[in-house]
Amino acid sequence: MLKLVWLVPALPLLGVAVNGIFGRVTRERAHWLGVGTTGLSFLIALAIFCQAAGGARLDWDVYTWMSAGDFRATVGFLVDPLSAVMMLVVTFVGLLIHVYSVGYMHGDPGYARFFTYLNLFMSSMLVLVLANNYLLMFLGWEGVGLCSYLLIGFWYQKPAAADAGKKAFVVNRIGDAGFLLGLFLIWRTFESLHYGQVFSQVETYRLVLERPSVLGLSLVTWIALLLFVGATGKSAQLPLYVWLPDAMEGPTPVSALIHAATMVTAGVYMVARSAAFFNLAPVAMGTVAWVGAITAVFAATIALVQTDIKRVVAYSTISQLGYMFLGCGVGAYASAVFHLATHAFFKALLFLGSGSVIHALSGEQDIRKMGQLKARLPITSRTFYWASLANAGIIPLAGFWSKDEILAGAFAGHHYVLWALGSAGAFMTAFYMFRLYYTVFEGKDNVDPHTAHHIHESPPAMAYPLMALGAGTLLVGALFGFPPDHGLYHRFVGPVFAAAGTEPHAIGLGTTVGLAAVATLIAALGIWGLARSWYKTGDSPAPARAAERFRGLYRLLLNKYWVDEYYNALFIDFGKRLCHRLWGVDARGVDGAVNGTGWLTVALSALSARVDFHGVDGLVNAIADLIQDGSQAVKRIQTGLIQNYLLAMAMGVFVIVSLYVFF
Amino acid sequence: MIPLSHYLIVAAALFSLGMFGALTRRNAIAILMSVELMLNAANLSFVALARHLPQTLLQGQVFAVFVIAIAAAEAAVALAIVLGLFRNFRTVNVDEINLMKW
Repeated sequence: MLKLVWLVPALPLLGVAVNGIFGRVTRERAHWLGVGTTGLSFLIALAIFCQAAGGARLDWDVYTWMSAGDFRATVGFLVDPLSAVMMLVVTFVGLLIHVYSVGYMHGDPGYARFFTYLNLFMSSMLVLVLANNYLLMFLGWEGVGLCSYLLIGFWYQKPAAADAGKKAFVVNRIGDAGFLLGLFLIWRTFESLHYGQVFSQVETYRLVLERPSVLGLSLVTWIALLLFVGATGKSAQLPLYVWLPDAMEGPTPVSALIHAATMVTAGVYMVARSAAFFNLAPVAMGTVAWVGAITAVFAATIALVQTDIKRVVAYSTISQLGYMFLGCGVGAYASAVFHLATHAFFKALLFLGSGSVIHALSGEQDIRKMGQLKARLPITSRTFYWASLANAGIIPLAGFWSKDEILAGAFAGHHYVLWALGSAGAFMTAFYMFRLYYTVFEGKDNVDPHTAHHIHESPPAMAYPLMALGAGTLLVGALFGFPPDHGLYHRFVGPVFAAAGTEPHAIGLGTTVGLAAVATLIAALGIWGLARSWYKTGDSPAPARAAERFRGLYRLLLNKYWVDEYYNALFIDFGKRLCHRLWGVDARGVDGAVNGTGWLTVALSALSARVDFHGVDGLVNAIADLIQDGSQAVKRIQTGLIQNYLLAMAMGVFVIVSLYVFF
Repeated sequence: MIPLSHYLIVAAALFSLGMFGALTRRNAIAILMSVELMLNAANLSFVALARHLPQTLLQGQVFAVFVIAIAAAEAAVALAIVLGLFRNFRTVNVDEINLMKW
């Protein structure tokens, strides 16, 4: 039964094959197979998860993918608690988003194409999480990157979408290069990329791994840091986060599935999977934690002032991913992955809710042109409210349990500055989520009158996934996460990280409760203390006054710290100038040589033609002319008069006879 | 006995007359006649020399007979050519027939 795991990624691939090849035939029926295969995948995943929960494990090499010399790569699957949780989250959220897409993408000319890409994404993502070696994980990693590119640029006629797709792809490549270098280093050290073989040898190689190498950092630190570079690209951390906000140009279900719930968490999964390396590399751990914490706060500050509904949620995603890395960095891997799972629910819900709002308002994304939608979109507003509470970290919703555990982990590891940063981020999270909620669903009605009378609650295909995710948001956290660090989830997944050498943080019950209380208080303060009074009615002058008072800061945040502009100036312009220079070399040097050769050939040919024309032909013509002219001169003796000939003959005879006679 | 030189002088005169006629007459028939004169001049010198030289086996005379026979054939062919010329050009004046020139 456990070996059916290969079907989990293979089934969506079937959908890809059919809808990809026969998309013109399936058209409006593309979702039958698209949703059907994903649904089956989910059922199998659920069955496998149940078995895994019962203690079943699988590390199965299906076949050798390629081998060269000592190198051997296999296609193989690993079912352990970590991959089982990932698999279940990916298939469940993926299934709901597939269903949602049936409603959201209805009537789009690229309907079949959309489901093809979505299925390809599912397949790649499942390969990524189920792989039993780094190389196969990298295959899935690249596959999801490709799908991300394809789906961001799904409406490729829109230049912004096409550009955003390219940007995502290019930025991801930078991270992928780091990941790949990490893999090379692992292979060189362990001569294997198989998780089981690599991690079981970590203890044996410990001396080698911890010996200082390049730049005084140990080998394992380099491995961990290079892997983390890959993670920052895929999971949108500083400094490679810039592609994620732009990725919102894609269809909203894509934003929900790829850019919130699943793909962007691949980096977190990869770091968690590589916990055995990170645990030996304190420098890398510190880097992960600090990058995570700074990203969490950085993105949260930008989210405070953005006005595009999807961009607020996108920056929130970056921020929450920062929390996950903070969790990994302080050794709370299980909590980080738990946050990953709960975040998948509420962030997918936020995106799908945003999509529902955008759908209802005929494509409007600016929150300044929304308001008072609560009564008109009851299901959307209710589920959005829950998701916002969960994102803000209000007990007992999903986000509370996981985020609280991460912050508690930081506190317990004596990283008080990180804890403070995380808590500050949590306050801002609570504030911007409810700024968004109040502005969109309550506040003043700023809806454009033209679109106002079109407003309608979304069709069932979109509403049911919202409700299902809403239920998940309400229940998952408390069901699996209570009590903190000892809930069902931790008893299941915890051993994976314990085996990787993670030291558990001893933390007293009193501290746990105290930290939880502080976290809830901070979130509640953000929501009801500030956001409610500023945005609930929609006519409070406080936000504008604050913007006026801290005008410099406000503009800094509104322009996203000008990071894109810096990158443009530093890297892209530099690249362009370099390319231009190289182009000059190419145009003048290389092309010049080629053209010069051509020119030389032409000149020599002309010369040769001249010689041929005047010399060779001239000689031939000269002979001919000579003969002709000579003939002209003597032809006159051919008079045609018979008596002339006779005379000549007679004279000839005379001459001959004379000669004969006289000499 | 008439000396040999007289025969030869007559023959030479006859040949020169024939040559003159052949070179100067415009009429093709006249040219043919002039050619006959030249042939006969040759015949005369053949016969005269044959008679004059001792111990010959009549070669000179036989040659003369041959020449007469061949002259007859030649006259037939030449007259046929002249007839052909006349058919095509309506004239037998050789100075008017000069198609085969440069």
